[in-house]
Order: sequence, then structure tokens, then C-alpha cells
Amino acid sequence: MAKQNIELIVNGDRYQLTVEPSRMLVDVLREDLGLTGTKIGCAQGDCGACTVLMDGVSVSSCLTLAVEAHQRDITTIEGLAASPQDLHPLQEAFVQHGAVQCGYCSPGMILSAKHLLDHNPKPSEEEIRQGLSGNLCRCTGYNKIVEAIGDAAEKMAASGKEG
Amino acid sequence: MALPNFQVHQPKTVEEVLDLLGRHRSSVKLLCGGTDLLIKMRAGAQAPEHLVSLNRVAGLKTISYAAGDGLVIGGAARISQVGKNPDVQRLYPGLAHACSVMATVQIRNMGTVAGNLVNAAPSADTAAPLLAYGASLVAVERGGRRQIKLTDFFTGPGLTVLEPGEMVEAIRVPDPPPRTGSCYLRLSARSKVDIAAVGVAGFINLDLSGKVIRCRLALGSVAPTPVRCPEAEAMLEGQDPGPELIARAAAACVRTSRPIDDLRATASYRRAMVQELAQRVLTQSLAMARGGGS
Repeated sequence: MAKQNIELIVNGDRYQLTVEPSRMLVDVLREDLGLTGTKIGCAQGDCGACTVLMDGVSVSSCLTLAVEAHQRDITTIEGLAASPQDLHPLQEAFVQHGAVQCGYCSPGMILSAKHLLDHNPKPSEEEIRQGLSGNLCRCTGYNKIVEAIGDAAEKMAASGKEG
Repeated sequence: MALPNFQVHQPKTVEEVLDLLGRHRSSVKLLCGGTDLLIKMRAGAQAPEHLVSLNRVAGLKTISYAAGDGLVIGGAARISQVGKNPDVQRLYPGLAHACSVMATVQIRNMGTVAGNLVNAAPSADTAAPLLAYGASLVAVERGGRRQIKLTDFFTGPGLTVLEPGEMVEAIRVPDPPPRTGSCYLRLSARSKVDIAAVGVAGFINLDLSGKVIRCRLALGSVAPTPVRCPEAEAMLEGQDPGPELIARAAAACVRTSRPIDDLRATASYRRAMVQELAQRVLTQSLAMARGGGS
């Protein structure tokens, strides 16, 4: 089938690409753009490792055709912090709370947390757990992740810092 | 894991969608959230040569409510959009609940209510509440438009009356009258992500004396399709139900169900849970309706 020309806007950078229509966004991010922070887990929308934000909304990039992301605004874990030297408050909190073990789920977890806090800056513990319902972690038992997100929410609210 | 090759069309109007469906009739699928279709394609269960995306069609994501006319959910409206809509939360709490708890955050952000219906899983979470609210689908094809009652829509697991060349443009849900109560309860082994093992939705409208004018009950995951419960509904209409009648009506729901044993639950557990959930749904809906309702 004919390839299609697309423009991806990833973390504010514009990329002109020519892709096969059957390619998934996660594969293009990882293989063509070298943005390997976004992970592939189950490849069927259950585990959340591939979560990215598209126009500010969390989606599974393993179930999104790259051609459907044409000219949409995509945020991956690489683009969350203000600069490559900085950590986003969520990333900082994950480090401080030991919410990372093997780390494979962390990018997806953090982007789901970002989506949650964008829509609900002061979530309850239950709301945090619901907000992570689409992200599986096989190491941490979730508690430290939930604590980290609660802590980040408080710090972000206190500093008035835009996520 | 790789998908077979296909061509993706990205039309901007419904007319273009219908033209593309007609032109590629032999091997075409509509794509919106992709959360069911792309998984099936990856598994080799579907291999369309053409995908027609609804994601750039203007106006198809709109959700609107007008008193008297009721709710109109656009064919590309996301599940999360519907769940967060204030009118849906206020007047169609069973649907709002389904749209807030099914699947995962990401899937709800991607998937559509219309897609959930067209995919026609027996466990489709939005189907039972929409059946209870008396919803219809507006299906369009080149040169025609028809309204299909949701009760007539499902014909088997994964099967509907939708013709090739037709698309669901919108879902229409009637305006609930005063003294209406409704809700949807679902059970799954895990509280999140999991597909429902049993779902029960109810809608009750009372007259001024507290008698049931209209009752609709619907079940998910306990028959080859989502189903209404006409026997239980008839038992309740014209009555002022107390606990005993509620228990008998719930038993009628169990008789309507045709559950199977599968990895999510046994048939006997499902029957027991239809009894329990139907009682709770009726009790909650009645309390809401007696309180003035939505």
C-alpha cells in the first residue's frame, strides 16, 4: 500500500515523515524518532506502557495509527520536563518515593498521572488509583506510585506551577 | 504483532465517508478509537484493505441535550466525553457510570460509545444502560437515513443489523420524564480494566400516585447479546413495587438471562448476581424516582 506523508508534533518539535498506514504511533516514536521512553508492553491497550498524551489526552500509542496522529500535538515522557536538565515534579516525586523499580511502566504511569492532574489537580487516593487503572506495574505494588503522585500534586498546587 | 497492509482514508464529511464505504464495499471498515478493531486486525480476525477514519469528520463528536428532545451522542463522541458530560451525569446516571468505569482511562479517551455498540460484544458496558434509557441509533448510508431501536440492533455476539455501507451517525436517547430513576450496576472480578461478568441497568418512571408508568430493565454479559427483560418490566408496570415484587421481578430477569460459563464467571454465579443486581438496580431507581428523580 502507498505510504503516507505525515507531520507529527512531538514535544513541540515538528517531524515530516513518510510512513506505511499500518504503522503504529509507538513504533514511529521509537524507531523513526528515537524516542524510546515510550514502551511497548502488551500491544493491545491493557498495560499502559505506551501511554502518550495526544492533544492533552492520554491514549495508548500501541492502538493509534501513526497516520491518525497527523498534526496532532503529542507529549511523550521525553517532553514532560521544562528542559533536558530538569525533572518534572512528577518525575522528581517518583524518584524521591522510590516509585521506580524496573522502570518499564514509569513513563506510562507518569503520563497517566499528568493527564489526571491536568483534569483534577487535587485527587484523592482513590481518584489517583482510578486514574492509573490503565497502567500496570509488576514490581512496586503501586503504593509508592500512588504516594508519589499525591505528593507531586501537593507540591505542584503549593508552587502554583503549571504541570 | 505487525498489522497487514491497508489504506487509511481520512474524510472530512459524512458524505465522503459514505462514498468511501460504497466505493470499497468489498473490504472496508470504519475506524474511530481503534480499541477493538485494531486488536482484531492484529489477531488476524479482520483484514480490511481499507479503513475509513471518522476522526476528522466535522461535528461527529458532538454531545447535545435539549429538554423534550433528549440526548444526541455523535457517532465519534468518546466514552470519556460522554461520561463527563454534565447533562449525561444529571439525567442519564446509568450511562455516565458505565462510561466512567469501563475499560481504562486511555481506552475511554480513545473509544467511542457508538463503537462500543457496533462492536456488539455481549458485555458492551454502554449497551445495557442505553437499552434501559430507550435509545435508538441513527444510521446513514448513501441516499438514506434510518432510525434503529437499540432493542432491534443486536443479532448475536459481534453481530448487528447494520448493513455494509451504513454508519452510525448518532445515538438518540429520549428525555427522561419527571419522577424517573435509573442506574447501572456491573460486576467484574477486578474493579478496573476487566470486562464485566454481569451488568444490570434499570429505568423507572412513576406517576403522581407512585405507580410505575414505564419500566425498562436490561442485562449485559449474560446472553449472546445485551437484552431487555420484558417479563420483569410487565410485572412492575402499573404497580407500586415493594421488596417482594422487586425480588419477583429480579427472578424474572434471571429467567430472561441465558448465561454461559466462561473465564470471567460461571453461569450459576451470573444467575445469582442477576437476581442481586436487579434487586439493587430496582431499589435504587425507585428511590431516585420517588425522590423526584432526574
